[in-house]
Formats: sequence, structure tokens, C-alpha cells
Amino acid sequence: MTASASSFRFSSSRDRRRLVTGLLFISPWILGFIVFRVYPFLASLYYSFTFYPVLRSPRWLGWDNYVNLFDDPRFLTSLWNSTYYALGAVPLGTVFGILLAMLLNMRVRGLSAFRTIFFLPSITPIVAAAIVWLWMFNPRSGVVNYLLSFVGINGPAWLGDPQWAKAALILMSVWSVGNAVVIYLAALQDVPRELLEASSLDGANTMQKIWNITLPMISPVILFNVIVGLIAAFQFFTQVHVMTDGRGSPADSTLMMSIYLYQSAFEFFKMGYASAQAWILFLIIVVFTMILFRVSGRLVYYGGR
Amino acid sequence: MTTSLDTPRAQSAVPTGGQRLLRPLGETGKYLVLALFSAFFMIPLVWMVSTSLKNAEELPLYPPIWIPDPIRWDNYVTAFVEGSLGGYLWNTVVVTVPSVIGAVLSNALIAYGFARVQWPGRDYVFAIVLATMILPDFVTFIPLYLIFRDLNWLNTYYPLILPIFLGSPFFIFLLRQFLMALPAELTDAAHVDGASELLIFLRIVIPLATPALAVVALFQFIGSWNDYFGPLIYLSDVDKYTISLGIANMESAYGFSNFAWIMAATCMSILPIILLFFFAQRTFIEGIALTGLKG
Repeated sequence: MTASASSFRFSSSRDRRRLVTGLLFISPWILGFIVFRVYPFLASLYYSFTFYPVLRSPRWLGWDNYVNLFDDPRFLTSLWNSTYYALGAVPLGTVFGILLAMLLNMRVRGLSAFRTIFFLPSITPIVAAAIVWLWMFNPRSGVVNYLLSFVGINGPAWLGDPQWAKAALILMSVWSVGNAVVIYLAALQDVPRELLEASSLDGANTMQKIWNITLPMISPVILFNVIVGLIAAFQFFTQVHVMTDGRGSPADSTLMMSIYLYQSAFEFFKMGYASAQAWILFLIIVVFTMILFRVSGRLVYYGGR
Repeated sequence: MTTSLDTPRAQSAVPTGGQRLLRPLGETGKYLVLALFSAFFMIPLVWMVSTSLKNAEELPLYPPIWIPDPIRWDNYVTAFVEGSLGGYLWNTVVVTVPSVIGAVLSNALIAYGFARVQWPGRDYVFAIVLATMILPDFVTFIPLYLIFRDLNWLNTYYPLILPIFLGSPFFIFLLRQFLMALPAELTDAAHVDGASELLIFLRIVIPLATPALAVVALFQFIGSWNDYFGPLIYLSDVDKYTISLGIANMESAYGFSNFAWIMAATCMSILPIILLFFFAQRTFIEGIALTGLKG
């Protein structure tokens, strides 16, 4: 942020030359911003107010798509499913991400081996992971229920049971928490050691140190990860599309907003209706992000940065 | 900016009495939790490899078999013959290589414009770059699909490759952070000598930015290699499918009894990523750490 002081003073020809140079360097972004961001953003807003069967041109409808969506039981189901998934997967991923990073940050033998093991699943192609888990969740011969049987649990039918299908997807999401672990670990290593040592001398125990020093110090990173995770969770698509053949089965219990949106656009060819769904998805993401920033205002510690 | 990741630092120097008593218990507990999670992370990968080497008759057995007998290496051949794995892999290379080149070139240029050229209004424009990060792909994909349809580019690789040549906010952010941290003195002399920004960019800054550019290349490689949604909406001929779409297609087209060689294909789809990871582990870890740190 060093340049903002001199911003908007076209005092010299040098400034103007710099402006031209700068704009030339970022020109690919400007082009992409207009063609691939601004135009589609506005176009989808416009389409969301139209009746638009893909092979004909859009016809203005007004608010009809939005009104119809809230009368559409499948849309309401998808809204519920996506919220359920996001509110399950994001907190779980955050807690496990921080927990594992803290464990690795203690004196651990074989740190890099553990880190590799934790990290590999998060670079595994999603489709590959989905196929493997689909099979591991098999109620009769699957590994998940086999392992549960060792602790005396008679596992459910997972993806075959509407009661358990979303739980299966949330469990699966924890599998790719490794990315967050690496980020949290780097943040933990930036926590000043003097602070922790000083508090030890003052007689603070481990829990007090975690609660009063470590977590506040890494809170900006937690906020960043929660926001990124939430945005991703509301766009959760590939796993469900692969594991349920694009249907969101059983009984629409895994019909996410993204899946229903995709069906509206590419199976029912209702581009206007799908665009309205996309905009509701967008507004949900914006509202959740704003709430997080608002709530975190008091909780996140930005000192020293 | 540089974090030495292999030296855990933050730990209590002076344990209190209670902690000293609990320490051995805590040590065991720590490794127990780490071992449990390691099992959780490894079992699916082990299961994938094990299944890829099974006989069809071993697939439905319960309790599950972990070490197949005999080991059926020929499943990997079947994946190429029956599943046309070779074609999918080649298509994926055709998409991924230009994507990686495009991401490195475009984002380097753009980030340089935001980090090392001081022009009026620059930071306001950069705020817009950051704001576009929360714009979900699901909002823009319908108009984009219609643009590419009108260009007659459906069922080609252009929609998957060309947008990457126009930069991505995440990579711009990442590279800008890196370039801003390079000291001004590095380029001051060249500026005084009257060298153009383009020359400074190519001759001085690019060589110094190689580690950050490697991170971009790596992330773009994984992104393009693993992409499912893009190929799903733009490609319709099975011959043109990339690996992710191809494997998903095998899974739904062939039944349960073919799962062994489908798993072999799945293993093959992961192999390049795993190899890349082991060759470039440091770049990976430092790149990921970089993404989350500076907000």
C-alpha cells in the first residue's frame, strides 16, 4: 500500500507514463475482468429475470423466477442441503485443521512424514477421491463399515440412506483438510515464542496459552480459511455429481444448490431459472461473508501486523 | 515471508509441575492422535491401490481383502485397452501444458504491474482484483457457456485454456505479495540507467521470482489436471474427455465387476500429481503456507 499517497495526482508527465506502463502490464487482467467477470456477472443478473430456454432468446419475466424458486420444493431442499453441508463441513474442517496443525507444531518426530500424509489427500483429484469413497461407503462390502464393526458399530447405509448421505459427504470433506493444516502450521510457527514463554513463567497452563495467546495470534488466518471454506462449501459440486451420477440421490438428500442449478441449466435447459438460482447462491455467500467479517471484528486480532 | 517449516518453535520452555507429571501421557496421546489421523488419511489411498490389483471375484468379499492374491498387474493394461485411459491422459496433457504456460506468463505480467510500477489509482484497482475472488464460478458460468457457444467453441479445449491467459485473482495476489517483498534497490540502478520496465521485468525480476512462479505453475497444473466442472460443461465427445471426466465416465458406464481396472485408471490419474509432489515438496508446502498468511 505504498503508492496510495501519490494516487490520483496526474502532476507530471512521468505519472502519465507510469499509468500507461502499469495499465499495459495489467492489460490481460483488464480484458479478462471485462469479458469473463463483469459481463457474465451482469448477464446472469439479467437472465435471472427472464424466461430463457437455451435455444431461444430470453424473454423478460420480472420477478417470476425468484417467486417460483421459493415455491419449488426441490430448490428449498437444495438450500437446506447446502446449508447443512456448509455448517457441518466448515466448522469440522476448521477444528480438525487447527488441532492437527497444533499437534504437528509440538516437538514431533517425523514431522515432514506426517505432513506429507496429511497433505496428499488434498491434492488427490476430486473425482478419484469420490470414486474411492463411494466404494468405501458401500454398506455391505465397504471399508468404512468394516472398520466401524471393530468398535462394535453396525454402520448405516451411508450414501444409500437419506438420513446419512450428507453425513457421509461431511466425513469425506475432513479427508482433504490437509491444505488447511499446512496453512495453520505456518501461522503457528509465526506466533512469537517470547509470548508463550512469558506466560509459562506466569504460570499459565497449556489450555490457557492456547486460548489466550495462540488462537488470538492466528485468528486472521482462521478467518481467512473459514471464509474460503464457506465459499467452497456452498459451491460443493464435483463429489456429489460423481457419486450420485448427477442426481443428488437418494431422495434428493444430497441435492446441493450447485447440483440443482446445473440440472436446471443443462438438463432442463432453463437458463433464466438457473441464473436466478445462481444469484441466490451468490447472495448467500455475500451475506455469510459479511456476517463473518462483522462477528469476527471483535474476535480477530490484527495487532503487530 | 520466509517461514522455516521444518523447525517447530513455539512450545513451552518451562513446564509447570502438573505438566511435568502429565507429559509422558501427553506424548503418547499426541502420537496416538497423529497415528489415528494418518490411518484415516492413508486408508483410502491404500484401498485404491489394493483394489486396482484385485481379481473381479475378490471385489465383493467381506471382510475386505487388502492384499490381493494373485496380484493382477494386468488391470493397468485393461485400463488402457478397455477404458481408453491413454487418450484421456493425452487430452489432459493437451489442456494442462498451455494452461500452465498461460498462468505463469499472464499472472507474472499483471502482478508486476500491481507490485513494481507505481501508477495513480493502482491500489484501488487492486482492491477490485481482490473483490472478484469471492465471485463464485456458479454465477458466471451460464453467460460464459453462452459466449463460448456463440463462438462455436463448445466441444473444444479453448474455453478451458484461453481464460487462463487473462490472469486469475488468486495468482495475481500471490505473486504481487512476492514481488513487493523484493527490495527496491534491485531495480533502482536499472531505472537510473534508463532501462524500460519491460526489460527490468524480463531481465531482473523474472529470474528472482522463479520460486513464486513455480508455485503458480504447480497450482495451475493441479487445477487443470483435476478440473471436472469445466470439461463437464464444455466437452461432449467422449474422445475429447480429460482424465477426471474420463474416469467418472468409466465409473458410471461400466459396472461393479469392472471396478478393479477402473481403480487402476484412478491410480494412474493420481500418479503424475504424486510424483510432482515428491519432486517439488518444498515449493508446494511453502506455496500453500504463503496463500493463507498475508491477508
